[in-house]
Amino acid sequence: MTRPRFGSWLAIVLGAIYFIVPLIGTFEFSLRMRRGVYSFDAYAVVFGDPRFQATFLYSTFLAIITIILGTVLIVPTAYWIQLRLPKLRPVVEFITLLPLVIPAIVIVFGYLHLYNSSSFLPLTASSRTTDLLLAFSYVTLAMPYMYRAVDTGLRAIDVRSLTEAAQSLGAGWGRILFRVIFPNVRVAVLSGAFLTFAIVIGEFTMASLLDRPAFGPYLQLMGANRAYEPSALAIIAFAVTWACMGLIQLFGRGARTARR
Amino acid sequence: MTENVDAVVTDALTAPRRLSSISWSWVGVVPFFLFALLFLILPTGYLLVGSFQDAAGKFTLANIGNLFTPSILHAYWISIEVSLASSITGAIAGFFLAYAVVLGRLPPWIRPTLMTFSGVASNFAGIPLAFAFLATLGRTGLVTTLLIKYVGFNIYSTGFNLLSFWGLTLTYLYFQIPLMVLILTPALDGLKREWREAAEILGASNLDYWRRVALPVLWPSILGTTLLLFANSFGAVATAYGLTGSSLNIVTILLYAQIRGDVLHDQNLGYALALGMIIITGLSNAGYIWLRARGERWLR
Amino acid sequence: MRSLELENVEKAFGASFAVQRFDLAVERGEFISFLGPSGCGKTTTLRMVAGFELPTTGQIRIDGRDVTNLRPNQRNIGMVFQSYALFPNMTVADNVAFGLKVAKRPPHEVDSRVAEMLKVIKLPQHATRYPYQLSGGQQQRVALARALAIKPKLLLLDEPLSALDAKIRVSLREEIRSLQRSLGITTIYVTHDQEEALSMSDRIVVMNEGRVEQIGAPFDIYNYPRTRFVASFVGTLNILRGRVVDAASGRISIDDQPIVAARGMGGLQNGEVRSVALRPEAIVINGSNGANRMQGTIEEVSFLGSVIRIRVRFRDNVISLDAFNNPNASPPERGAGVTVSFTPEDVLVLEGAEAA
Repeated sequence: MTRPRFGSWLAIVLGAIYFIVPLIGTFEFSLRMRRGVYSFDAYAVVFGDPRFQATFLYSTFLAIITIILGTVLIVPTAYWIQLRLPKLRPVVEFITLLPLVIPAIVIVFGYLHLYNSSSFLPLTASSRTTDLLLAFSYVTLAMPYMYRAVDTGLRAIDVRSLTEAAQSLGAGWGRILFRVIFPNVRVAVLSGAFLTFAIVIGEFTMASLLDRPAFGPYLQLMGANRAYEPSALAIIAFAVTWACMGLIQLFGRGARTARR
Repeated sequence: MTENVDAVVTDALTAPRRLSSISWSWVGVVPFFLFALLFLILPTGYLLVGSFQDAAGKFTLANIGNLFTPSILHAYWISIEVSLASSITGAIAGFFLAYAVVLGRLPPWIRPTLMTFSGVASNFAGIPLAFAFLATLGRTGLVTTLLIKYVGFNIYSTGFNLLSFWGLTLTYLYFQIPLMVLILTPALDGLKREWREAAEILGASNLDYWRRVALPVLWPSILGTTLLLFANSFGAVATAYGLTGSSLNIVTILLYAQIRGDVLHDQNLGYALALGMIIITGLSNAGYIWLRARGERWLR
Repeated sequence: MRSLELENVEKAFGASFAVQRFDLAVERGEFISFLGPSGCGKTTTLRMVAGFELPTTGQIRIDGRDVTNLRPNQRNIGMVFQSYALFPNMTVADNVAFGLKVAKRPPHEVDSRVAEMLKVIKLPQHATRYPYQLSGGQQQRVALARALAIKPKLLLLDEPLSALDAKIRVSLREEIRSLQRSLGITTIYVTHDQEEALSMSDRIVVMNEGRVEQIGAPFDIYNYPRTRFVASFVGTLNILRGRVVDAASGRISIDDQPIVAARGMGGLQNGEVRSVALRPEAIVINGSNGANRMQGTIEEVSFLGSVIRIRVRFRDNVISLDAFNNPNASPPERGAGVTVSFTPEDVLVLEGAEAA
């Protein structure tokens, strides 16, 4: 009764083959740049490409803006819903699920028509404001994950007691939020942040349709014009995603032991 | 007497504080609702309304009618086909993987490895994924060349093409299967050991147990997640674009091309395409949410 | 041919034994309890009878048939779990019918049997409800009906009342016992609650750390405990430190007050320090119950309603005893001097010396 079944092993092995072979294939392909011998030439070209550096930095910068905007927007909201307006919770949760229901391409399509130069909020008028619009669209994309992470984190701490204790000690709302609530949901926010980073770095649809120099469109451009560099870029993207997930695990585990 | 006065005074002192706390609460969530309105609800609503308008702004059903041209219907059909194929295959494969890891009595290190990998792989969609599959199964891909070299079998001779329906499905599975695993593993955890034991002592075989208890309990989760996978696949554009550019005739690519102005730019047709997309993904996700709620009701 | 026999059953996990040398013969219709603290092996033994665990050594026979290597679904046993384990996707009626449907009984037989069982557990109007709509006590009754519907040879219950409120526990345990009596089905009942075991069982198996401490009727287990563990686990016990004065005549001195023990003094040395146990109900306050009398001071009086619990201190030793409430007399005062008395037969001399 304790022997694992053959079928289970078969499923795992087949799954492992399906998931690992493409990674091996990509890596192998990326080493083929120099004719006849394996080398890291493709990576050298990629890292040396100024457009790689520029777009990667741009996307990183945008990711950070998204994380900050998202945190500032979502944490107080989640806090207020838990503390004061529990009846609104289903409404808020429904809204945070909408970005998963409405495809990203539809959302950005809406932006392009609603916020073009002739609208009440001409966000596509200049490149700076378009950057802002892109950040907003990323906040929208990341909203389901961020909200769920923060909501779970808030549920784990007793929000009401902490707030009342701070209030009785004379703290105002701003101080409560920044000094009491934020630090306690730091782990949840961090995990939401890393997930947002992974999403933003690889995002293509919105950046391309809003015509911004992000990493995603750069990847697509490379794919259309080059042979070996795209594979190197895919490996790099995969490594970045792994790093983000790894950091989420790391911070999640660290907080759990610290709380004890 | 003094107690009554005390009560009245206390009420008076606490009443205004309650009022002000209500107004503070609303202020707290106004930014969120404003953001949701501006960047989620209004854009979608604008599109929905626009799909029923013509270029002059008058109400019309012509856009919906234009959806029924053969090429666009064909695009919808291919999108639906790919989504059905990738969601159903992904659901089955994901189920067996989740089953293997939860109930298959494998060494304990396999489960966290699979879960972490699934978390990564479900986010690996998009352009990099397309590159990965091109490098593996493209005409000069690793697997293709290995198969030719060692087995003498050229998969492209069978008519297989990565840049086609089956190739797209195969690529989509890379993020569909992990999503299924991530959602179904907790659901399988929820199958209490006592149910299986109670069934067994009442005379049931393993098959009886699965047929009468486990699968009925899991059915809402399985079907619901399949619907989620369907919607996920239907709305995906980056992976397809990375594989084929704008040559593959699926709805999302079509809409993308419309927006970029690559083809004859008919604004209101774009609205109608978007409307069709929203209806399909909306229905699919509504089904998912309804089934999840139903499943959870039993397990309270 | 006994209804259930366990012969030299043992269960080892690696180097440690969860169950050691378990021997038991059960007659048809007997109600046996396995009683002990958590981790004593009672549930493991039950699961071996059910077939969910394989004994490392030993044999299990039901109605003379060796079932040790049979799968649980081949043993025709009914089992009730602590967490009810009702199938959440099925109504009450479908749950009860499960075993019959699996055995492919004809539909009219299934329906009539289900209706019969629902009447027995007094829940006929709940047939179409789902488990999540029932209370804990109702769910457990349905679980009982489901187990009995297939007319099993043996009924196993694994701490079935632990998850329920105290009041429901008492009423449900009476229901279970009367149902078991009317059906005459051999039953094994696992519990850590000694009140349950004492009130329901024909015989009790007291277990500790994988070993059987004592098997006997409730009266014997309670009044004649064979080991220290049984004496302290079953019922409440006062334990005192005494010094042997004269082993031959049974004299012991507790806090310099002499008493006589009728039993258990054989082989003891004079001057030895020993633990002595007294049941609270053996002690009478200010009366003349028996030859032994001790002077003490009342330390604490707790009014519990029909019973008054009194704590009396001698010098280093303290005892607890119960007195019935008398509305015509006020309870004793704290700090009052008092004489307690008990017979020499009530003195239990235990192995070893208890730290005071």
